[in-house]
Amino acid sequence: MAGETINIKLKIWRQAGQGKPGKFESYEVNDVSVDMSFLEMLDVLNENELKKGNDPVHFDHDCREGICGMCSLYINGKPHGPKHGITTCQLHMRTFKNGETIVVEPWRASAFPVLKDLMVDRTAFERIQQAGGYVTISTGGVPDANEIAIPKTVADEAMDAAQCIGCGACVAACKNASAMLFTAAKVSQLAVLPQGKAERKRRALAMLEQHDSEGFGACTNTGACEAVCPKEISITHIARLNREFTRAAFSGSETDYTN
Amino acid sequence: MSWQKSLSSTIGRKIMMSLSGILLILFLAGHVSGNMTLLLGKADAFNAYAHFMSTNPAVQVIANVFKLFFVGHIFYAILLTRQNKKARGGEAYKVSNKDGSSVSKYMGVLGSVIGVFLVIHLSQYWAVMHEYAGTIGTTTVDGVQMKDLYSVVATSYQNPMIVGGYVVSMIILAYHLWHGFASAFQTLGINNKRYTPVISFVGKAYSIIVPLLFAAIPVAMFING
Repeated sequence: MAGETINIKLKIWRQAGQGKPGKFESYEVNDVSVDMSFLEMLDVLNENELKKGNDPVHFDHDCREGICGMCSLYINGKPHGPKHGITTCQLHMRTFKNGETIVVEPWRASAFPVLKDLMVDRTAFERIQQAGGYVTISTGGVPDANEIAIPKTVADEAMDAAQCIGCGACVAACKNASAMLFTAAKVSQLAVLPQGKAERKRRALAMLEQHDSEGFGACTNTGACEAVCPKEISITHIARLNREFTRAAFSGSETDYTN
Repeated sequence: MSWQKSLSSTIGRKIMMSLSGILLILFLAGHVSGNMTLLLGKADAFNAYAHFMSTNPAVQVIANVFKLFFVGHIFYAILLTRQNKKARGGEAYKVSNKDGSSVSKYMGVLGSVIGVFLVIHLSQYWAVMHEYAGTIGTTTVDGVQMKDLYSVVATSYQNPMIVGGYVVSMIILAYHLWHGFASAFQTLGINNKRYTPVISFVGKAYSIIVPLLFAAIPVAMFING
């Protein structure tokens, strides 16, 4: 059974490499199944381009089931496209009209340099995570389940924050290219749990310091980040990060009390 | 992290914006309540209030502290705006994002207009009151001789340009407060189910009522002639 198909026009940002000048190129893709994901449509485009001997459009992708955080794309002015609470790989072509022109841009931020076309370097997120987004534990025997009692509401709050897949949509949407929502989610998921509380001060200070040194902006409380977040992470977590930071900055970190 | 480093971090700078902003919000409440004597058309009461505000030693100390908050609020706004523009980078999006609060995206522009208003406002009344510019007569209230600021104000509000400029500035101020009031609390980490609905309601009410009261004064004085 041949399903419904549409013809679309694309304006895609093409850039040969980091620091090189880029420009928009126009493409047409015909007979696109409406059941395809946006990335599958790009695969079809690239097949066509390869057959013509052209350089395919580079874009990041991995799991294609909305959980890895690799896919990005700023589609018609929205990170991950016009739908709410999904990643680009979960965006279907039925969202678009026949004959529609779709503008596809990379995430733009000083801290996310374009590597090629639509692919950007998001390792700044990894360095923020490495600065303190973990719990120091002594590995050993497996502890008993439920040894530490955690109320369901607290576990839910931690899980809401832990949904962050680090895709960078928050930075892409933010007028200040701030990574507060990402940093807040990573601080929050541990700050509410007893295992994470022990290092909360050091974590908040170190992760914010890394956030700033990567060249991300400050938060204006605009809320564009939570509107585009594929995991619907709320800016109430940014308020928690602000509390965690304030607590740590004005009371000193754990190490300030020791030699 | 040293305290200097904490204060120059993104959140540290935002906390300075927030604290100075909240204190300036309080300043507006004080200012508008004093100005109510004008709305009631009580020249002597207004002159007595202006006299108290410019001579009471405690008020002088508080006034100087508030000048610091104004300067601090503007100083940190410039620092943050520079930092944010640098973070956004040189290449602009072809299609811009429309999500989030639109007022928040123009806080710098709104604030700059308020800054221009402030300079004009101070040169019209504050500079005259302190005799840095213009001339001011005297009047006697309850046997005390004092400067007649009421006449300066009343004369200026016969000029439709000044009245119009004042009203427009208050609309701009209302927009600035519309975002700024609740945003200040979010920056301080106060965002929870219990207080946030109250804060945002009070913030929205405040950002309408206070500029409205301010703007009502020149309009009423203009209409009454």
